Amino acid sequence: MAKVTLLEAVNMALHHEMAADENVVCLGEDIGTNGGVFRATVGLKDKFGFRRVMDTPLAEGLIGGLTIGMASQGLRPVAEFQFQGFIFPAMEQIICQAARMRSRTRGRITLPLVYRAPFGGFIHAPEHHSESVEALFAHIPGLRVVIPSSPARAYGLLLAAIRSNDPVMFFEPKRIYRTNRHEVADDGQALPLDVAFILREGSDITLVSWGASVNETLLAADRLADEGINAEVIDLATIKPLDIDTIVNSVRKTGRLCIVHEAAKSFGVGAEIATQVQEQCFYELKAPIGRVAGYDVTMPYYQNEQYYQIHTDDVVLEVKKIMERSA
Amino acid sequence: MTFTSKSAVTQVQYLDDEGNVVQPLPAWADDLDLLINFYKNMVLVRTYDKKAIALQRTGQMGTYPSHLGAEAVGIGVGSAMAVDDVYVPYYRDMPTMMMRGASMAHNLLYWGGSERGSYFNRPDGALSEDFPICVPIATQCTHAAGIAAAFKLRGERRVAVTSIGDGGTSKGDFLEAINCAGAWQLPCVFVINNNQWAISVPRAIQCGAPTLAQKAVGAGIPGVQVDGNDIIAVFDVMKKALERARSGKGATLIEAVSYRLSDHTTADDATRYRPAEEVNDAWKREPVKRLRQYLHHQGVWNEDKELAWQSECNQQVQAAVEQYLATAKEPPEAMFDYHFESLSEPLASQREQLIEKAMRMAGGEHG
Ligand SMILES: Cc1ncc(C[n+]2csc(CCOP(=O)(O)OP(=O)(O)O)c2C)c(N)n1
Repeated sequence: MAKVTLLEAVNMALHHEMAADENVVCLGEDIGTNGGVFRATVGLKDKFGFRRVMDTPLAEGLIGGLTIGMASQGLRPVAEFQFQGFIFPAMEQIICQAARMRSRTRGRITLPLVYRAPFGGFIHAPEHHSESVEALFAHIPGLRVVIPSSPARAYGLLLAAIRSNDPVMFFEPKRIYRTNRHEVADDGQALPLDVAFILREGSDITLVSWGASVNETLLAADRLADEGINAEVIDLATIKPLDIDTIVNSVRKTGRLCIVHEAAKSFGVGAEIATQVQEQCFYELKAPIGRVAGYDVTMPYYQNEQYYQIHTDDVVLEVKKIMERSA
Repeated sequence: MTFTSKSAVTQVQYLDDEGNVVQPLPAWADDLDLLINFYKNMVLVRTYDKKAIALQRTGQMGTYPSHLGAEAVGIGVGSAMAVDDVYVPYYRDMPTMMMRGASMAHNLLYWGGSERGSYFNRPDGALSEDFPICVPIATQCTHAAGIAAAFKLRGERRVAVTSIGDGGTSKGDFLEAINCAGAWQLPCVFVINNNQWAISVPRAIQCGAPTLAQKAVGAGIPGVQVDGNDIIAVFDVMKKALERARSGKGATLIEAVSYRLSDHTTADDATRYRPAEEVNDAWKREPVKRLRQYLHHQGVWNEDKELAWQSECNQQVQAAVEQYLATAKEPPEAMFDYHFESLSEPLASQREQLIEKAMRMAGGEHG
C-alpha cells in the first residue's frame, strides 16, 4: 500500500474517480498543465485530456456558475478554488444558486458538484491566503461541508463528495498537505459524509476538532494522558450535516467537552456544537464547555501569525481549566 | 441596425526593441533628464526585485511577486500621476508604488509579513491616500471607480488610477468597474499589465478577443494598447489619459503589453508550463535595455554612468534591506489595536488573553 500525503491522497481520489466515472470533470484556475498551484490535480490533464480537465479563465463567479450548469446536465464537476479566500467572488452562485437548486425545483434539478479549496493559515502565506471560514458555508442550507484531517480521510471523503448528488464544499487543510504520510489503499472505498471519527478513546473529557488542528488536539491528548487526564478525541470531518450524536454520546461518557478550531471564535462551528450538546445532555455535563479558537480579529500577516495559531499548549491549558471547573 | 465593430486597436510605440525611434517622439521627451530619471528608477526597481527574490530564497521574506519585465509600466504610470491622485495597486505594482512614496523598505515589510508595509507617506510628506496592495484579483478596479466617483461628486480635479493583470480582466469586477466608469464618465484610468500569463494560463485562453484594450468598447470608454516595454509610449499614453480624466472627459483603459520575465511568484515554477524559447525571445524586447540604448544613442548615458548607477542602486537596496531587517516586529496585540476604532469589552479580554499567551510563548513553554 502506498504511503501518501494528504495532498497526494486528494490527487489519488481524483484520478480514481475520473477513471471510474466519465462524467467526472475537473475545472479551475491553473489546474491543467500546471496541476494546480498546490499540485493537487497533477497528471489529470495528461491522463484525461483537456476536455475533462479544464483551465478556466480567472473568474471565480464563472467557476461557480459553470459548475452549476454542468452538474445540471449530469456531469460531476469538481472545481478547485485556489484558496478558500478566493471563493468569495463565487458566493452568489454558491449561496443563491447551487445551494437552493434542488429545493427550488423539488428535486427536478440536482447538482452533484464539489467545490474544493485549500484553507487555513500558518504557512507564511500572504494576506487572504489563510482563511478558515467553514462556518460561513455551514450556515447556508443546502450545502454539505467536509474537512479531512488525514490522507485516508481525504481520499475516502473526497470520493464520497464526488459521488454525492448534493453540492459539497470540500476544504483541505493546507498546513498539513505535506506534513504526514499514511498508508492509503487506492481501493475506491468512500467514507460516509455525515459521520465524525473517534480517533482516541478517553473517559475524562471529549476534544472535538477538525482540519489541521486535529494534530495539536491529538498531541494535547498525549500530554494530558501523561498527567492522568484521559481525553477522547473526535475528528468532526463533516462540518455539515453535523454528527452531533457521536459527540453527545462521547460527552455523556466523559462529562466534559472542549472544542478546538482555528477559525475566529465568535459565531462559529464551535458555538453550534456547544449549543447542541447542552440542548441534548446539559445535565450530564460536569463542567462548562470550553473552546480553543482563533481570535475575533483579522488574521495577522505572518510576522505575528504564530500568536494567532492554536498550539498544543493552548489546548492543554484549556482542558486543565475545564477539569478544575468541574462540579 | 446592425453594428459590427472591427475594434481595430493599434499599439502605440515610440522605441523599438533596440531603442531606435520608430515615430516622432512627443515633445515632452526632449527632456532627457526626465528620461534618465525613468531609466534610473527602472534599474533601481530591477535591482530591488533581484534582492527581494534572494531574501525570499534565504528565508528572510515570504512569497514575493517579481515585477521583472514590468518596470516600464510601473515607472511610467507612477511618474505620470499627480501627487494627489489616488493609486489602487495590485500585488505586482511595487514600481508604481515606489514612485508614489512607498519605499523599498515598505515593500519588504509587506511581503515580510507585516501590516506596516501599507502605512506610508506621499512624496510630499502627506499621509498617502493610496490603497494597500490588493491580493484578491480585480476587486481593486471597483474601488478605483468609487474613488473617482467621489472626486467627481466633489468637483475635485483628481484622478483614480488602478492596474490589473491580463488574467484579472476576465473577472466581473473589472468589467463592472469599467462599465460604471463609462456610464458615469468617471475620472479614472485602468491600466492592464498584460504580461501574457496569469500564473500558468496564457493570455490566449483567458479571453477570445484579439486585444484586451477592446474590452473598453463595451464600456463606452477609449481603449488604448501600448507597448509596455517602451516607457516613452507608456508615459505618453498615461499622461493623455490622466489629462482626459482631469478635464472631465472620463475614463480610459490602457492595455500595456509586456512580458512576465520571472516566475509568477517565488512559490511558482514557470518552467512547468512555459517554453524557454518564449522567455528568451521576450528578453529581446525588455524595457530597461531598450531605454538604455536610446539614452546611449542620445549621448547622455554611457558605461561609466551605468556602473556608477548600478553601484548606487546596490547601496540603496542594501540600505532598504537593512532597514527592513532592523525593523522590530510589532507587538502581537497590534492585531487587536487596529481592528476597530475602539475596543469592545469582549475583544479587550481576548487581547489580554493574547498577551498572556505571548508571554507564555516567550517563556518557551508552547508546544
Ligand atoms: C479572486 C482571486 N482568485 C485567485 C487568486 C490567485 N491568483 C493570484 S495571482 C493569479 C493570476 C493573476 O494573473 P494576472 O491577472 O494576469 O496578473 P499577473 O499576476 O500575471 O500580473 C491568481 C489566479 C487571487 N489572488 N484572487
